[in-house]
Order: sequence, then C-alpha cells, then structure tokens
Amino acid sequence: MGKPSDLVQGTLDLLILKTILLEPMHGWAIGKRIQQVSGEVLQVQQGSLYPALHRLEQQGWIKAKWAESETGRQAKFYALTAAGRKQLEAETANWNRLSAAIDLIVAEA
Amino acid sequence: MRWLAQFWTRTKMLFGRGKAEARLDEELRDHLERQIAENIAAGMSADEARHAAMRTFGNPALLRDQAHETWSWNWLDLLLRDVRYGMRTLTRTPGFAAIAILVMALGIGANVALFTIVRSVLFKPLPFRDPDRLVRLYESNPDGKFPYNANAGGVFAEWKKQSRSFTDMALCGYAGYNLSGAGEQLPEGVRAGSFSWNLLPILGIQPSLGRNFTADEDRPSANPTVLLSWGLWKRRFAGNPSIVGQTVLLDARPYTVIGVMPASFAYPNAATQLWTPIYYKEPANEINEIDNHEFMAIGRLKPGVSEAQALSELTLITRRIHDAHLDDSFVSIAANMRPLLDSLVGDMRNSLYVLLAATGCVLLIACLNVANLLVARAAARRKEQAIRTALGGSRLRLLRQHLMESLVLTAAGGTIGFVLAIGAIEWFVRNRQDMARVEAVHLDGVVVAFAAALIVLCAFFAGLISAISAKGSQVLTALQESSRANSAGHGRARLRGVLLTLEVGLTVVLLIGSGLLIKSYARLRSANLGCLTQNVLKMDFSLPEARYSKAAQRAIFFDTLLARVRNLPGVQAAGFVFPVVPGDGYGGDSGFAIPEHPAPPQGKLLYALHRWADPGYFAAIGIPLLRGHTFDDNQRPGHSTEVIISEEFVRQHFPGEDPIGKHLRTMGKNSFEIVGVVGDTRHVVTEPPHPMMYFALDATDDMNGAVLVVRSGRDVTQLAMPVRRMIAQMDRDLPVSDVLTMDQVIGRNNMDASFNAMLLTVFAGVSLVLAAVGLFGVLSYIVAQRTSEIGIRIALGAQREQVLRKVLMDGLRPAFIGLVLGLVASAGAARQVQAMLYGTEPLDAAVFAGVALMLLVVAALACLVPAWRASRLDPMQALRTE
Repeated sequence: MGKPSDLVQGTLDLLILKTILLEPMHGWAIGKRIQQVSGEVLQVQQGSLYPALHRLEQQGWIKAKWAESETGRQAKFYALTAAGRKQLEAETANWNRLSAAIDLIVAEA
Repeated sequence: MRWLAQFWTRTKMLFGRGKAEARLDEELRDHLERQIAENIAAGMSADEARHAAMRTFGNPALLRDQAHETWSWNWLDLLLRDVRYGMRTLTRTPGFAAIAILVMALGIGANVALFTIVRSVLFKPLPFRDPDRLVRLYESNPDGKFPYNANAGGVFAEWKKQSRSFTDMALCGYAGYNLSGAGEQLPEGVRAGSFSWNLLPILGIQPSLGRNFTADEDRPSANPTVLLSWGLWKRRFAGNPSIVGQTVLLDARPYTVIGVMPASFAYPNAATQLWTPIYYKEPANEINEIDNHEFMAIGRLKPGVSEAQALSELTLITRRIHDAHLDDSFVSIAANMRPLLDSLVGDMRNSLYVLLAATGCVLLIACLNVANLLVARAAARRKEQAIRTALGGSRLRLLRQHLMESLVLTAAGGTIGFVLAIGAIEWFVRNRQDMARVEAVHLDGVVVAFAAALIVLCAFFAGLISAISAKGSQVLTALQESSRANSAGHGRARLRGVLLTLEVGLTVVLLIGSGLLIKSYARLRSANLGCLTQNVLKMDFSLPEARYSKAAQRAIFFDTLLARVRNLPGVQAAGFVFPVVPGDGYGGDSGFAIPEHPAPPQGKLLYALHRWADPGYFAAIGIPLLRGHTFDDNQRPGHSTEVIISEEFVRQHFPGEDPIGKHLRTMGKNSFEIVGVVGDTRHVVTEPPHPMMYFALDATDDMNGAVLVVRSGRDVTQLAMPVRRMIAQMDRDLPVSDVLTMDQVIGRNNMDASFNAMLLTVFAGVSLVLAAVGLFGVLSYIVAQRTSEIGIRIALGAQREQVLRKVLMDGLRPAFIGLVLGLVASAGAARQVQAMLYGTEPLDAAVFAGVALMLLVVAALACLVPAWRASRLDPMQALRTE
C-alpha cells in the first residue's frame, strides 16, 4: 500500500510534472493517473498531493487555470510552464542518474 | 524570467488571499466528491461512500493547513492571525490588558530614557576630531589634597614650551560679562568662557559661522573679539547671520563678533553663552603667575605617545619649576592627566549607573509582573489549551501564540513607554542644564533599536515563563482536572510564588536604595549652613568696569544701593558679600601667614577660603559675631586693615590663644589685623566648615560686583521685584542675575541628590505597588482555585480563624522569603551607592527596618482581603460552585 513515505523522497514533484506534460489536469485526475500508470503501485495521498501542487505553483513550474471539467463543474487544471519543462528535464536526468546508480549497487549483490 | 513569474504569483497571493482560500476549499471539495462518486460507482451506498471517502481523505482542516503552508506569505498570515488572536483575547479582559500595558510602559519608558542619557553622556564620543587623543591636564598639589588641581598660567606656559609629547595644548578659563541690551532688550549677565586661539584647531572644530580667533587677537593689546554660542545667537540675535562683524557691548566695552560656535560646542558647560580670547581677557600678570590655579589646560597627544609618557614628562617640568621656587608653597609639585571625556563626566558615572541599575530592576519587576499575570491567565485557559491540543494544535503553535500575546502586550506598553521616554528626556534636558554634556542627550536610531530589543526581550521573558507553565503534554489531566477544580494548578501557583519572591526581593532593594537616598537628602537639606536660610534673598550683580572704573564710584554705588534697600518696607536687614553666599560654592581661597607665629615648615600650606563683606552682612544673613566687632566704617579703598575670621580658623590656627589683635599677612603681603571672630559657615552643604576669612568689601580696589543679601520678616520673594526695580532706577544697564532665596540656593546646589532621590523613590513606589498587586492577584487566585477545598474544610469543622491564618501564611510566605533575600541583596547594593550618601551609613538600621516593616504591612494588606474572603466562605455555596 503506497503511503506517501513509500514514494521515493522528492520524486513526487517529478511524477506530477511528468503526468501533466501531455495535457493540463486537475488534482483528482493527476492522482488517478499516477496510480494507473504505475500499475496501482503508487498511490498519492491527498495530504501530499495538494501541498505539492501548491508548492510547484508557488515556484512557478506549473500554472493553474479554472475550467469546466468533464463533470460540468469548475475544476482547477494544472499545466506545465516553460520553467516547469526545464525543471522536468533536469529532474528526469537526475532521476535516471540516481536510479542507474542504485541499480548498480543492487545488481552487484 | 522565472523570478518575474514568481514575483507575480507572490504578489497575486499577497492580495488575492481570500479568493485563493475559497478556491482551495473548492478544489478539495471537488476532490472529495469525485472520490464519493467513485465509491458509489464501485457499489457502495451513498452514506458508506461518503464515510469511506472522508477516511481516505483524512483531516480536511489539516490538509488545508498543509497546502497553506506552501504559500509564500504563510508566515505573514500566521503572524497576523496570532496577533489577531492575541488582541482578541486581550480585549476580552481589558482590565488585565490595561494593567499589563501600563506596567510595561513604565518599565520600558524608564529604561529607554535612562539608557539614552547614559549613552549620550558617558559613551558618545565628544564631538571633536579624534577625541581619544584629547586629554585634560592638571597640576597636583604637594600635600596631595588636590590631585586634579586647576592650572596656573605660568606653569602651563612652561609645559607648552618644553614638552614634546603633545601636538599642541590650549588654555581655557571661566568668565562672566554684562551683555548690554540693544533697543528694548534688557541687559543680561551671561556665563562665558575664554580660551586660547589654538583650542579649536586642537579639538578639530570650526565655528559654524565666521571664523576662530587669530593668534594676534589672543593678546592683551588686541582689539576685543567674541565668539557667540549657537543658543545665544538664536535667542538674543534671532539667528541673524549679519551679526558677524558687528559689535556687542560686554561690560560696556565694544567687542567685535567674529563667529558663532556650533550647537554641539558646550565647553566648559552647556550654560556657557560666549567666548573671548583668554590672553586678551586675563590680565597679563595673573595669567603668567605660577601659583594662581584657575585655568583649565587641554592637550592633544602626539600619535604614538602614551598618556603615561606624556604625564611623566609634564611632571618632570612641573617638578623643576617647583624646585626653583621653594619659597612659594603654592607651586605644584607634579602634573596629572585624564581623558577629556572623563574630566567632563567622571563624577556622574556612579550615580547614573545606580539609576540605570534601578530602572533595570523596575523593568525586571514589570516583566515578572506581566509574566505572573500571563501565568494566571494560562491557568484560567488551561481547558481551552487542552482542547486545542487535542484538536491537533501543535505545541509550537501554542507556544507561538503565548509569545505573540505577550509581544502584543509589551509592544503596546513599549510604544507608550517610548513616548513617555521622549517626554522624560525633554524634561530632563530642559531642567538639568547644569549637568555636563546634557547638550549631547538625543534620541537616535540606537535608542530606537534599544527600545525594540527591550520589547522583544521582555516579550520573550514574560511569554516563555507563562508558556513553560502551560504543560501541553498533560492534555488528559488538564481536561479531567478542570472538571473538578479542587486543587488544580498547584504547580502554577508555585511558579507564581517564585516569581513573586523575586519581585518582592527586587522591590526591597529599590526601597532600601531610595530610603538611603531620601535620608541622605533630608540630612543635606537640614544640614546647618551656619546662617539663616528662611526668608533670605540673594541676588548677583556686577558693575561694568568701563563705567565704574574708580573705586570711589563703586563705593558710592554700593553705599547708595544698600541705604535704599534698607529703607524698603518689609526689609529687616541687608548686606553685601563677595563672591558667594554660604552653601553656594567654594568661592576661592588665599594663602596667608601669621606674623606672630613661627613660619610653618617648608611645603606646609596655610590657606583659607576668602570672602569680602560689608559691615552689615553678618547681621543680615545671621552669622553670629562671637568675639570682637565687625568692620569699622573707616575701611575705605586703599586703607583696608581689618580681617574677620571664622571659628574653625581659630580652632586650626589659633588653638588656645586669643586671635583678636593678631595679624594675617595675605593679599599681596599686606598685613591685616584680626578684629572679630564669626560663626562657621559651610561653602557646600556636604562638607564640614573650612577656615574662612572676611575682608572689607568697601576697602578693595578692584571689586566690581557683589551678592546683595536681603532679609525679611515675611515672604521674602515679594521683595525681589522692588529691589530689582530700584537697581534699574540707579543704572538701567545693570543686569541682576541669580535672584534666589537661600532655600533655593541649597536646592540648586543639591539638585543631583534631590534628583536621584526623587527618581529612585518613584521607581521604588511603582515597584511596591506592583509587588502588592502581584501578591493580591496570586492569593486571590489560590483562594478561587481552592474554594471547594476550603468549603469542605469549613463544613468539616475548621475554624474560620484557622482558615484565615492558613491562607494568610500562604500569601505571606513569598513576601517573607523575598524580604529576606532583598535585605541580603541590599546590603551588597548599598555599598554601591555609598559615594552618593551624605551623613548616612549604607547599612542604616532605621532605613532597613523601616523598609522591612513597610513591606510587611503592604504585603499583609494585599493578602488580607483574599484571606478574609476565604474565611467568610459559605460552605454550601462553595461546594455548589462546581
């Protein structure tokens, strides 16, 4: 069961940025998408998701827009900014480097 | 560009917070509803779906807070909210808030005011270039009685010529002039100074307007020139810059105004109104003498030369002069030196520090009191705190709110205190022009920072104590306890007891300090001057030399004035004395020899204070004539042959013999016959009578001023105007100054003592009230807490007297312990004020006993009301108050 602490520290930002790379999404959908794509392994708790979204918005990596959702209600859609794209690239590169390194150590045994 | 976007987001956040919060709520609600919808889709019933959604969702309030925390202005938001909470809780108890704010205002205000004065006077560097290298030079007497003696001009000239340790050195002196009025202006006697032309270059300053004296103007034969003080220029000449180059009449002689000094220049003191060149002002023979100690020397040390080196060089030079004039026992044997700043403020250091310590105590007491009040509130709000903790309020958050509440209190108090301090400082500067460097006292940025720091410090101090007492971890106990408040909050009562003990202890120290100063001041005021002080008026006047150049002219003026004043209705007696009345200062001394006695051993000085008086002076001011007679009428200019001496003079120099008919050789080696002995008078209240000798005023050649003394049987102040009018009729250009009753003279000369005693008494009074309020508050609180316990005791048969005694002892215990601690601390502190005391021992038993008694009475009164209330409790009522 994926509690927030089960997410590798600091990767939540990366997951969110990656998830909204294709299209703007609202909070609920972001959580769902992460859950689905990860094959139900990663489950993002609301207690982590919303603070993270607001933090990313404060840092200027994502921007939010209110729009009508598929249910016909107003929902807050998050989209990547130019700065967010750069950040995503940087974090992806970082993640690749890190996971490769961890692989090396784990594989050695 | 990102920072721009961020900045934009932040600005939007700052101003659109309300909207952002509503949106956040909406976002979260949307999420919740989707979850519910999903749950229903998965087959749950509507209710079940909602509960399951809520469970996964968690605490919505907490979630909102967590999202909030990522917002950039969150800290400000929280701060504002805490301030709002703090204010709201305080306005709910306005009485409490008002008391706490007032207490803080007094504590902080007193400290800010005194800090400003201490910093400005003792620590601010003098407004001169490189002031650390400036030293005041002194001579020091062979018998060591005057280690910091004034300079003789002749010795100074040798120093200046021979020493190599100084960049330069200058000579200064005191002076006084009649400044004639132009047009409608009244003439005015002004205090003045004089200095050699090189003083300003040594200090590294220049006149604000015009120029300094030139070396040529600093000579006896020069044209008279004068520099005005900033204050005189503004006041008397309306700040008109065209005054430079014009002439003013000083002692009826025209002086050219060559400049105006900056407002910061106040040497030798703030009362100095103008300056003239010293070598022009002083007669050449007087300023060249080597035994006429009446000038002040200032030097600037050369770079790399230490004070010790310079001092040993000057001492060597002085020693050489001394050895070459062994026949003159008034020539100094050594030199002395101290930094210029020390020479100006050295005497005030001790008393200012004592006052600063006292205000520190007051502030500490104020903090303890506010802490005490906050602890009491914390106790009353224990349940509220426990509920908040249970609902997820973090420890830190609650602590922060404690601090914020105390900060709101201290900030309000501090602001009021700061305003009080501004008023106090203004009052001080206006009323203490006599104090050195009072012109340097200003509020500035450092003072504001100090006040702010004080506020924060006090807030933390008071807030932390109360926060510590609110133990948030015992949530359950608190919730249970407050439902049955039998003996709740004992720990808190103990803490308050400790705070009170400290408070009482500090109060005792302040009370004893002020008690000692009051007693000392009372001693000062009641000290026997040796003359009448009731209904005696004195006024100074001086005759301008230019118009009263002949001794006969002056004698006629004196005689006429005296005759007219004596004829005024209400005047009982009148007389003249020069230079000062008793209690008004040293007034100068002269050396003498007694021809009938063998010469004293070499190096031994015979000197006595000198005064000049008219024959009726002794009767007018009430100095008893003990033997012989007063001056004969034949004492006329050029024929002065008589001297009158004081009892102490006889005791020291004519022990066991009759002095009448003996002679004194003095005043330029003239011989005077002792014709009378009068009672002793003190030149300052604090010193025992010195030997004194009186010469006939009418007989002197160069007397151009005097003090008129008038005695009346009724309110003598009513005579001031008629006498002044009479003098104006005789000469409208003659300024009269220092019109004071003898009581006022004593008051003025003991201003320091009365000022210190008054301030300390106010502080002690405030502290006593605070301590009493504290005792009353704590005991009332304990009684309220234990209402039902006391009720049970009484119901079970406890005597009301027992209850009374028990509660009383509860309250008096901290007072007792505090009293003992305070008495012990006072014994140490009293030694620090010893130097400020006159005729009072630092461990004065009466003061210590009096303070102890007063404190106990006040404490008992403060405790009596709650104790009595406890003993009157109706047990049924008490048990029902649950």
